[in-house]
Amino acid sequence: MHLLEGEGVTKHFGGLAAVSDVDFYVDQGEILGLIGPNGAGKTTLFNLISASLKPKPGKIAFKGVDLTPLPAYKICRLGIARTFQTVKIFPNVPVARNVMVGALFGTGRRMSSRQALKKAEEALEFVDLLPLKNVPAGDLTLADQKRLEVARALASDPELLLLDELMAGLTQTEVAEAIGDVRQVRDRGITVIMIEHLMQAIMAVSDRIVVLDYGRKIAEGTPREVSADPKVIEVYLGEECDVAS
Amino acid sequence: MKTAITKNKAGGDAAVLTGKNLASLALVLVIFVVVGLVPTMTQGYPVTLLSYILRYVILAVAWVLFSGPTGYMSLASAAFYGLGFYMAAVFSGRMPFPVIVLVAGVVGFIVALGVGGLTLRLKGVYFAIFTFALVLLVQNVVLEAERLITHTRGRFVETTSLSTAYYAMFIVAVLTIGVCVLIRRSRYGLALQSIGEYEEAAAHSGINVVRTKMLTFATSAVFMGMAGAIVATQRAYIDPYIAFDLNQSFLPVVMAMFGGMGLLVGPVIGAAVFTEIQEQLQTRFPNLFLLIVGMVLIVAITFMPNGILGVAQRAWRWLRGGRRAPA
Repeated sequence: MHLLEGEGVTKHFGGLAAVSDVDFYVDQGEILGLIGPNGAGKTTLFNLISASLKPKPGKIAFKGVDLTPLPAYKICRLGIARTFQTVKIFPNVPVARNVMVGALFGTGRRMSSRQALKKAEEALEFVDLLPLKNVPAGDLTLADQKRLEVARALASDPELLLLDELMAGLTQTEVAEAIGDVRQVRDRGITVIMIEHLMQAIMAVSDRIVVLDYGRKIAEGTPREVSADPKVIEVYLGEECDVAS
Repeated sequence: MKTAITKNKAGGDAAVLTGKNLASLALVLVIFVVVGLVPTMTQGYPVTLLSYILRYVILAVAWVLFSGPTGYMSLASAAFYGLGFYMAAVFSGRMPFPVIVLVAGVVGFIVALGVGGLTLRLKGVYFAIFTFALVLLVQNVVLEAERLITHTRGRFVETTSLSTAYYAMFIVAVLTIGVCVLIRRSRYGLALQSIGEYEEAAAHSGINVVRTKMLTFATSAVFMGMAGAIVATQRAYIDPYIAFDLNQSFLPVVMAMFGGMGLLVGPVIGAAVFTEIQEQLQTRFPNLFLLIVGMVLIVAITFMPNGILGVAQRAWRWLRGGRRAPA
């Protein structure tokens, strides 16, 4: 059984098929890259997995449990955590308490606030934000706010982490660090699905890649296979087809 | 090494905080005791005035309990407060006074839970308008029910003595403040704040957003209902226009803003100062009263965006800075 599996996942916005009949899966311990041009339906697919939206028709199952009828908070407690394309932090709340939210509510276990703080500090240590733990989250730089989102997600003890454009807007050095972070997350036994526009980064870090275009899955395979696929080159990679080499 | 330093720092912070907490706790206790003993020292107007203030402390603090952290601007206070009036009238003489107050709280909770299920899907100004309309809805339902079933418009309420009402109000006010402090310090306080700051992120971080909002909304309605039941016993006669007075929706909001919502003392100070200003204006300039209240409000909102509390905090910082500067 796959860790997460989607069958015939479809979502229409009015007459527009944002995601159209997509089958996908991810296995335990994998890093799955999700790429495609703007408007291809990548973030919509994330929203369908994390229950911001409901597929119609289609089915998404996590460890055999149908996610379709569940509200977002239950999906988080089941073990699927996510970050957002545009950061969604609690700006007036100190960094440590932002992360404590994930520990207190996202794990599905009851814990004291002391335990939650400890968990939050571990997660902050992991993303190198511990020294800033008492700063209001809104005062952080964009890169740090993205790290904070990752820490908040990690504090909820996920088995599957959805990263939506973690590296967009980061400097070269920060991208390199982020790649390292993603690998480390996987080394902790957490499965990762990531959306990324930076070809270099996603090709380097993914085990497998799914390509979406106009809501449809047009290709799937290892980074090498995908970057050699003529359909992918046509719709997406264009002149940059040699980036993976 | 690094961890040891952070630990020490955290311990130091905690010690300072508890020292400060103890001092403010003692101050709060002294105020509670003094306010609680007022009817034994004096009678008449001071007691009446303080009971007004306590009523608005309850309404303003209960309003802030939900609307403060979540940012959902509720104008439904008068609905729950008015239902409290009606509980007092309906059960007047049939139950002991404390039981009636409790019943009013329970009815407020249940009605708010039902209404919350419907209205809390709305956001921003739509929520405010819907809760405002709710007051009119409940008022008209009661009006029609009375007309069709009992063929009356108003009801009589068995009165209690001023000091009984005062003590009841005092106890409910202490309860309201206590519950607010507990909620703010608990995990639910953090959940409420997260909802106010980014509801979607809160939901995706595992917070049951709907349940948290509904329960808090309903809890705040408990105290509003209780306050209504107590106030009703100070009037011999009530009708839907008296019970569901829209001012009771707006005044708590205005008082909370006037006092400042950053800390819980803000609404308390706001309720006290605003009630006193209102009383003074009403007796001295009965005809210009509303005009002057309006002007005071405009000035307050323009020059004190964070309320009296904000001004006090700025002054405190300035004083401390001033003291530090020569050293």
